[in-house]
Amino acid sequence: MGSDMLRNDKAGFGWITIVLHWAIAALILALLGLGFVMRRTAIDPALQFSLYQWHKSLGFTALGLATIRALWHLIEVRPRPSASLNALERRAASATHAVLIVLALAVPLAGWAVASTSTLNIPSFYFNWIVIPHLPMAKSVAAEDLWTLVHMTLAYLLLGFVALHVLAALYHHFARRDDVLVRMLQTGSHQRASSQAAGSDPVTVGRKKP
Amino acid sequence: MTLRLQSPTKTIAFTLLLALGSMPSPAAAAAPDLADAAGNYGITPASRIHFTVAQAGGGGIVGNFARFSGSFRIDRNDVGHSTVEFTLYPESVKTGEKRIEDFLKSSAVFDTANYNTVTFRSTNVKQTGPDTAAVEGTLTARGTSRKERFSVTLLDWNRASIAFNIRGNIHRSPYGMDVGTPIYSNVVEFDMNIKGQRR
Repeated sequence: MGSDMLRNDKAGFGWITIVLHWAIAALILALLGLGFVMRRTAIDPALQFSLYQWHKSLGFTALGLATIRALWHLIEVRPRPSASLNALERRAASATHAVLIVLALAVPLAGWAVASTSTLNIPSFYFNWIVIPHLPMAKSVAAEDLWTLVHMTLAYLLLGFVALHVLAALYHHFARRDDVLVRMLQTGSHQRASSQAAGSDPVTVGRKKP
Repeated sequence: MTLRLQSPTKTIAFTLLLALGSMPSPAAAAAPDLADAAGNYGITPASRIHFTVAQAGGGGIVGNFARFSGSFRIDRNDVGHSTVEFTLYPESVKTGEKRIEDFLKSSAVFDTANYNTVTFRSTNVKQTGPDTAAVEGTLTARGTSRKERFSVTLLDWNRASIAFNIRGNIHRSPYGMDVGTPIYSNVVEFDMNIKGQRR
């Protein structure tokens, strides 16, 4: 892969954006699943403890990647919206993407606040490798309960926006048959190359030939 | 090992949990004759069974066991023949945080539903200094029995009662209690003040 394929361009996303997107997506889904299992099901207490620690390590990873993703979103070139989108759809898509980027930061930050205010005072031992300090917050049952509620509420909100985002992508791919989903799977340069080769119109750029 | 040293006034009595000797404590200012210290003792509720499990980044879980029972016998002729037996009830664990206590009682750690006691029976007592000793014995927890060792320091003594500080580091993984490592140390540091009342 050439360095030109790492960065976004006006035609589409580069690999940095694409890899960040899917890595964060996988982490968010894994964390939602872990969070549900460890909190809402009756499981072996030792397994539950272990799942909590995995949740924290993966959550800190998500926070790190989401921070990079947010900065990258601010400084990197944004590809032109898909030609098939009207003005309202473009605004709705931009707003959803902004909410996803903010929630991907807010949910793990609230989780960090839970670990920091918990009277259990369990260290965040990142993948049993380094201790990530607690945030400078007072520990109390009330603070832990509050941040647990915030973390949970934001997580479910994030799940809602993820569902909206996924349904929109599937709708574009299967109903509208445009390149909205495909351009998060391959780089803009690749799309240009294949579109030149195929000589196809911009709407179907990047779609696999039957 | 002989308990009676050169002069009766300097006699050092010693037991399983116990060494009597040149002690700063006023109660034992007159070094006791073994004949005085020898005998059977019951461990009293005034004893403290304190423990610490260190955690990554500093600090740790500190707590104690509120319920326990036990007895020891200081042999009149041979400290090495002294014995101790001790039972603690892990359901009485106290840490100041109910969720931690519930976790310790759960199947993850003590599994009190299936194993309601932790026991220790001495197999060997050895004097290591004027007022110190090493006690070896069998510790049984969660169905596993292993040889463990504690060091004993005499704290106080009079004709009716005797007090020791007893310390030992116990690895929890051999007992199937390694949950939480390495966030929490595999080593449980016991620091116990045991008071015995003559029977």
